[in-house]
Amino acid sequence: MNWTGFDTWIVVIGALCAAACALPGCFLVLRKMSMMGDAISHAVLPGLAIAFLITGTRASVAMFLGAAIAGVLTALFTQWITRFGNVDRGAAMGIVFTTLFAIGLLLIRQAADHVDLDPGCVLYGAIELTPLDTIALGGFDIPRAALVNGIVLLLNLVIIGLLYKELKLSSFDPDLADTLGYSSEFLHYLLMTMVAVTTVAAFESVGSIIVIAMLIVPPATALLLTHDLFKMLIIAVVAAVLAAVTGHLGALVVPGWLGFESTTTSGMIALAAGLIFTLAWLFSPYEGILTRRFREGVREPDSLSANTNTKAS
Amino acid sequence: MHSESLNTQSTFPARNTEPRPEHPPEIPLAIHDLTVAYHRKPVLWDIELNIPEGKLVGIVGPNGAGKSTLLKACLDLVPLTSGWAHIYGKPYRKNRHRVAYVPQRESVDWDFPVNALDVVAMGAYRRLGWFRRVSKSETERAMDALEQVGIGHLALRQISQLSGGQQQRVFLARALMQDADLYLMDEPFAAVDAATEEAIVELLRKLSDRGKTCLVVHHDLATVTTYFDWLVLINMRVVADGPSGETFTRENLQKTYGGKLNLLEKAAEALRSTPL
Repeated sequence: MNWTGFDTWIVVIGALCAAACALPGCFLVLRKMSMMGDAISHAVLPGLAIAFLITGTRASVAMFLGAAIAGVLTALFTQWITRFGNVDRGAAMGIVFTTLFAIGLLLIRQAADHVDLDPGCVLYGAIELTPLDTIALGGFDIPRAALVNGIVLLLNLVIIGLLYKELKLSSFDPDLADTLGYSSEFLHYLLMTMVAVTTVAAFESVGSIIVIAMLIVPPATALLLTHDLFKMLIIAVVAAVLAAVTGHLGALVVPGWLGFESTTTSGMIALAAGLIFTLAWLFSPYEGILTRRFREGVREPDSLSANTNTKAS
Repeated sequence: MHSESLNTQSTFPARNTEPRPEHPPEIPLAIHDLTVAYHRKPVLWDIELNIPEGKLVGIVGPNGAGKSTLLKACLDLVPLTSGWAHIYGKPYRKNRHRVAYVPQRESVDWDFPVNALDVVAMGAYRRLGWFRRVSKSETERAMDALEQVGIGHLALRQISQLSGGQQQRVFLARALMQDADLYLMDEPFAAVDAATEEAIVELLRKLSDRGKTCLVVHHDLATVTTYFDWLVLINMRVVADGPSGETFTRENLQKTYGGKLNLLEKAAEALRSTPL
């Protein structure tokens, strides 16, 4: 294996991106809205394309604005169709995001003749190329993707840090949130905006499909390992970073074993996240399949439930 | 009591949107001309109610009668088609601090990664306001509230590890934490063990003794007159309301439960077993 500074940047970008996704992802998972992440990550595409067509640049600010608007619109359209079309939320999401994604692809195809924005990149990203696009910052050349994902991670940390109590309340009991004067609707759209902006930051690096793995899998892993929201957020970030590191290592090493030249890092990050989830699923102290089997072999089922009870505290 | 003068619709001018000056402001809950519709289908129709202070009020009616919706309408949780509900003479928005809400137990996900104490502390969130964290003194109050409902020892337990009755007690402790004057409870007795039922009744009595008003959606007609001193019989419209003894009659129950024979029989049974 030949590790270069290039590889370090790829891992850093992957880790920043995965950590940024894991934070809002925790709340998506807890609100049973995992697929909303899927919907938004696809539906931001027309927002990006329109922002690009209007401004003619890939300047981050315009892109983020376009994406945030598209993300909020996705959540809004989904709610409208659910309410007035009398269909369930999953179906409404399916209608909204496929339509928006298709519009986005058309717009990009339209613009593709004269710009570097190709559908392949949109789907799978190009994390291997991100270190090439650098910005000079305080004398250092920092990859733009590292800066963008870093800023988004920081923003997510600040928002969740400030509104931890509010997000917890509205995720657990939105009606109570409303009666206490914390608009659950505002917090819902705030979360959707966070997801949209985070998705766009992750977009260029890992594409719109892998980003779903980053939004959902580390939080789902964390939920298996803890019964505490704060710890869940921390574990999700750790799992995300771990997936990024092992994912890139895997991308360098594993194809060699199988006789290939190399594989995409973003794909391997998603795979690594999936493997970490599987490990948690098997060995979690509370819900782990193997842990439970082992315990059942050792103790009577009655004392088992008593045991998990004390562990939970 | 003065139920007649307060409850007959004729005392209200039609489509009045202002609180009537005749209302003494201490009326915990005054509802006028309230209609709620989902998808253009009315769920509550022309509700007129005045709930006197310090009463334990049972809300009784068949499934789909709009009992939960009535509570939600008072809390601004569902859009009103017409009319208003006033809490101590003001719209809910202006008197949030005087109301506590206990939603149905199934309305939340009990696998959520929080412990009992966390959930009870949520009752303090309005006092705290945006951005501010739960203080130490509020945590102590939350602990007190858990002690009051008899499950202080379960404070740090994750909520999925609690029994149905214990979960209900957590919700009640959370309502106590809100330190309100009016308590709206949606089926707190649903699927709880006998000990919890007793604890809830005791708690209701304590609240009532302190001059608090409790509106409780209730299903068990056999216990309704023992638990509550004021009743609201509802089936989309208010069929009857007033002191339990006067309201809990065969005729009113028949009007409330309509053709639902099975339930009617239960009601008749309840009537036989309860001295009126």
